[in-house]
Amino acid sequence: MSRKVYVEVAAVFTPEGQVMPRQVRWEDGTVYAVDRVLDIRRAAATKAGGCGLRYTCRIRGRQTYLFLDEDRWFVEAKEA
Amino acid sequence: MDRQILHVDCNKFYASVECCLNPELRDKPVVVGGNEASRHGIVLTKNEIAARYDIGTGETLWSARQKCPDLVVVPPHFPTYTRFSGMVREILRGYTPLVEPFGLDEAWLDVTGCRRDPVEIAHEIRRRVKEELGITVSVGVSFNKSFAKLGSDYKKPDAVTVFSRENYRDLVWPLPAGDLLFVGRSTRKKLAERFIFTIGDVARADPALLQALLGKWGPALHAVANGRDSQPVIPSEQAAAVQSVSNGMTTPRDLTDDRDVQRVLMVLSESVGRRLREQHMTGRTIELHLRDNQLVTRSHRVTLDHYVQSTNDIAGAAFALFKDSYRWQRPLRSVTVGVTSLEPDTIPCQLDMTDSAGREKREQLDRAVDGLRQRFGDKCIRRAILLEDPDLTGDSLYETHTVHPTGFSGKTDEIGGKE
Repeated sequence: MSRKVYVEVAAVFTPEGQVMPRQVRWEDGTVYAVDRVLDIRRAAATKAGGCGLRYTCRIRGRQTYLFLDEDRWFVEAKEA
Repeated sequence: MDRQILHVDCNKFYASVECCLNPELRDKPVVVGGNEASRHGIVLTKNEIAARYDIGTGETLWSARQKCPDLVVVPPHFPTYTRFSGMVREILRGYTPLVEPFGLDEAWLDVTGCRRDPVEIAHEIRRRVKEELGITVSVGVSFNKSFAKLGSDYKKPDAVTVFSRENYRDLVWPLPAGDLLFVGRSTRKKLAERFIFTIGDVARADPALLQALLGKWGPALHAVANGRDSQPVIPSEQAAAVQSVSNGMTTPRDLTDDRDVQRVLMVLSESVGRRLREQHMTGRTIELHLRDNQLVTRSHRVTLDHYVQSTNDIAGAAFALFKDSYRWQRPLRSVTVGVTSLEPDTIPCQLDMTDSAGREKREQLDRAVDGLRQRFGDKCIRRAILLEDPDLTGDSLYETHTVHPTGFSGKTDEIGGKE
């Protein structure tokens, strides 16, 4: 089971009207740059619960999901 | 050419949404239930696991816990269900503008002429809702609305059922007649007395007999059972205008005197009046449903000689009706107030020499209060009568009212009360 963690995200609005995440601030304050967005689609967060617009991102060489649920961003974190 | 109709039904909707939001619940028996402290302690929906314990919708939470001691009871979150319902409809509207919602968790789609196989569309909808929203739907595909609805009920969850002209005699006809949307308890009883048990029995019955038994519904039912149902899918924007506005509540304690009833009628009338004004409607038939503490329900109605819209007028008329019709045989448990015979509020009205100025003033007052509440919230201004017993009258109904399914024959428009 994963935890649903709401995170602070810095994002830009593209001229086409898309919202693209650029940086994510993790719970402990570390800021990670989003290297690339590989895919965007609506999807359920099957591990942590809920649903939203799912951004498949590459962050530090690893593939991670970032969810935009209405106006909040969350990630699925491993249970501590 | 035959139409191609889909009926999409979100399986165990409230419970599925709760499990989607909180995956820890997924493997436990879960029901969504009302608040027991305020006597709304019944099962609204259950998930698949709770269903295995034979827990039924509408059952009291107390008896559900008897059947399943590990039961997890989640309070309802209506705004969330409304949001999920909107997201499902958004997916559906990607296939056709002809989407007719039926309550929060069901909808018909007319995909005739979509240049795609309707079964393929049905599977795509099923897959997408599951992937994108994390809940499951079952879809019925057929050539009319009634059979499509039977189809979504035939196999679930997360399934597609096709009732075609070729297979409906084999698949639909063995189903109990009570599965048809029109057939309620009393119709079923009448049919059973004539040994009509299945939809096939209805289809093969003599239409004249059905007419004698059920009146004008008889031949209509016969046609539906034979697959002749031409009801169109009506998108919500064109849905029939509201035919009645009502609110009801089960109070936290039994009502024992006139003053109690007056307070509750005021809460209900405030919501009914405000919703009438919002929709620019006015009505002249007042309905009152009373349920006593033995769960005996009585309904009363009166048609006034003038139209009413203001809260005070509705509450006054409802209380007068109550005084005329109830003799306090037993304390009351729940009360519902409704206004029907609706017309647009621009309808010319006969002025009353003795009171028309007063009514105009009351309407202005209502508008001012509505405006204040819209800007500052429902609690910013309240009636003194509602402060006498805040536990009884509780919070505003307006903010919590939920919309229940509209009868698809267009017969009823029930707008339910406070949870």
